Amino acid sequence: MLDPLLSLQGLTKVFETPRGAVQAVRDVSFDIPRRAIVGLVGESGSGKTTLGRSVLRLTEPTSGQTFFDGVDLNQLDAAEMRAMRRRMQIIFQDPVASLNPRMRVGEVIAEGLRAHGVGNVRSRRDTVADLLTEVGLEPDHMARFPHEFSGGQRQRIGIARALALEPEFIVADESVSALDVSIQAQVLNLLLDIRDRRDLTMLFIAHDLSVVEYLCEQIVVMYLGRVVEVGPSREVYLHPAHPYTRALLSAIPHPDPERHTDRQILVGDIPSPLSPPSGCVFRTRCPHAIPACAEGFHAPTVVSPDHLSFCKRQKELA
Amino acid sequence: MTASPILEVNDLQVEFATRRQSLVAVRDVSFALGAGKTLALVGESGSGKSVTSLAIMGLLPTAGRVTRGTIAFQRGSGETVDLATLSQPAMRHIRGAEIAMIFQEPMSSLNPLFTVGDQIGEMLMLHSNLSSVARRAKVLEMLDLVEIPAAASRMSAYPHELSGGMRQRVMIALALICRPLLLIADEPTTALDVTIQAQILELMRRLQRELGMSILFITHDLGVVAEIADEVAVMYAGEVVERAPTRPLYAHPRHPYTQGLIASIPRPGRAPGERLVPIHGTVPPPSAMPPGCAFAPRCPHAGPECEAPVALTEAAPGQLARCVKLRELAAHA
Repeated sequence: MLDPLLSLQGLTKVFETPRGAVQAVRDVSFDIPRRAIVGLVGESGSGKTTLGRSVLRLTEPTSGQTFFDGVDLNQLDAAEMRAMRRRMQIIFQDPVASLNPRMRVGEVIAEGLRAHGVGNVRSRRDTVADLLTEVGLEPDHMARFPHEFSGGQRQRIGIARALALEPEFIVADESVSALDVSIQAQVLNLLLDIRDRRDLTMLFIAHDLSVVEYLCEQIVVMYLGRVVEVGPSREVYLHPAHPYTRALLSAIPHPDPERHTDRQILVGDIPSPLSPPSGCVFRTRCPHAIPACAEGFHAPTVVSPDHLSFCKRQKELA
Repeated sequence: MTASPILEVNDLQVEFATRRQSLVAVRDVSFALGAGKTLALVGESGSGKSVTSLAIMGLLPTAGRVTRGTIAFQRGSGETVDLATLSQPAMRHIRGAEIAMIFQEPMSSLNPLFTVGDQIGEMLMLHSNLSSVARRAKVLEMLDLVEIPAAASRMSAYPHELSGGMRQRVMIALALICRPLLLIADEPTTALDVTIQAQILELMRRLQRELGMSILFITHDLGVVAEIADEVAVMYAGEVVERAPTRPLYAHPRHPYTQGLIASIPRPGRAPGERLVPIHGTVPPPSAMPPGCAFAPRCPHAGPECEAPVALTEAAPGQLARCVKLRELAAHA
């Protein structure tokens, strides 16, 4: 992959808790090419949100490297990181909920500009008006309060806020998960428009594989802190290689009553990250697990160029 | 609908009193659910699907009341009662015993201070004359039925000690312990991961086969509907806009809202670069409903004729839709 904007190498995050060490993200490596949207998929407890935060150092990674435009973010001091932050932003599931409810939408969007000393009051006002238009809202919405808006509109406000400093890279964490499906489609199309218009690079974190397949060029599938499969999104969606990805895809209910698939239902729950299984993290629920799967996490198998599966039995199961 | 329906809702209207005015949350809602069948009530936020289910259960918040229509429920004794006008004491005999409900968040129906076994056993204490030994045996049998591993030891577990999927199973056990004729399931899998959702849907299908209950399944997810429902009622802004058996609904959605909803779902098989077609705008608030068709302000086919009130009419055999332009749209399809 040529000249990625972001390259993760062995990124690891361990949380020390009174009950022991939680290995939230373990040895994660992948690249995000410029102007690509890469989807990070996993269920609760997969570590996808922690990974998204660790990439931006909103959560300090325990080890590993995060190369952003060739610079390892994890080596930067606070001042250097602050300067770098202008180039990267994050959008949350409910971007407005975490903010001061007494701030008007205009202030919410302009906050980053003000913090970084960009422009004056008047120019920032103009920027906010342009941003509101770009995300499909009205310039005079800036005088309103966030709670006056619907879920979809709040997501648009969050996107406008993230775009204010003209970042090159955005992490979107479950940005459409709480939205109704008709509104979700509006926001997904908006994200595609903005990427095209601004040449943005994005890490899109979601639990819904169908959404990720629609939006993203590449998919990274996580389970219990580990990456289990990486590849071009359509290929992963149509020809999943790892047994976990297969199970995840087969569990999605399709809006088509005529479709009859042999559903593979996984048994049990995701194990605790306090005591993950040895070897392959998926082996305790995997229908294909053999004793060898308990020994050591293994190198990825190349399924096709750019498509990797972290399964020991990949060749046999293919 | 074949045979005699176990539940028949007719022209239901629910209003909520606010300080200034009375808002109509649900109007002109009619549907029927056959014995042993599953009817999905599908809609987005604000569609009125949950209000409808609470009205059936007699659990509307104090500001809400049924102002029109009937909810006919056929009891186990064969007698038919109107749940809309039933007294609270009479309703208490039916609720839990003959009609049970499960919710999205199991912790909203489980008490954190009591063990799983005690909570399920309490239902039997209220609705049966069984001895404590017999109750315990029945609870254990029920936990086995919902596939809780090591059920005997889970009897003494507290809800917080269980995973999300296990709690959902406990809530289902709690709902089904008295063998209700009707189960109302309000978004029971929405908060679950997709692999756990698949387990719970499979469990509900199996329990329905074995116990023969009818299910009113409330959801926003058209994927889940396709898996579980025999019939579907699509709700929008407090009204049923389309009603049909599941297959024809997906094959030939008649109402522009249903069509828009189905076109909004990402699914494979698109040409590269092909975009989803979203529904523009948002649902109007109950205080600002348009005079005619509630969907008209967002509808790509709307015209002046859509400003007049419109009733559910037959669009195809067995398929009803609430749209004045049905014929015109069918001709263009």
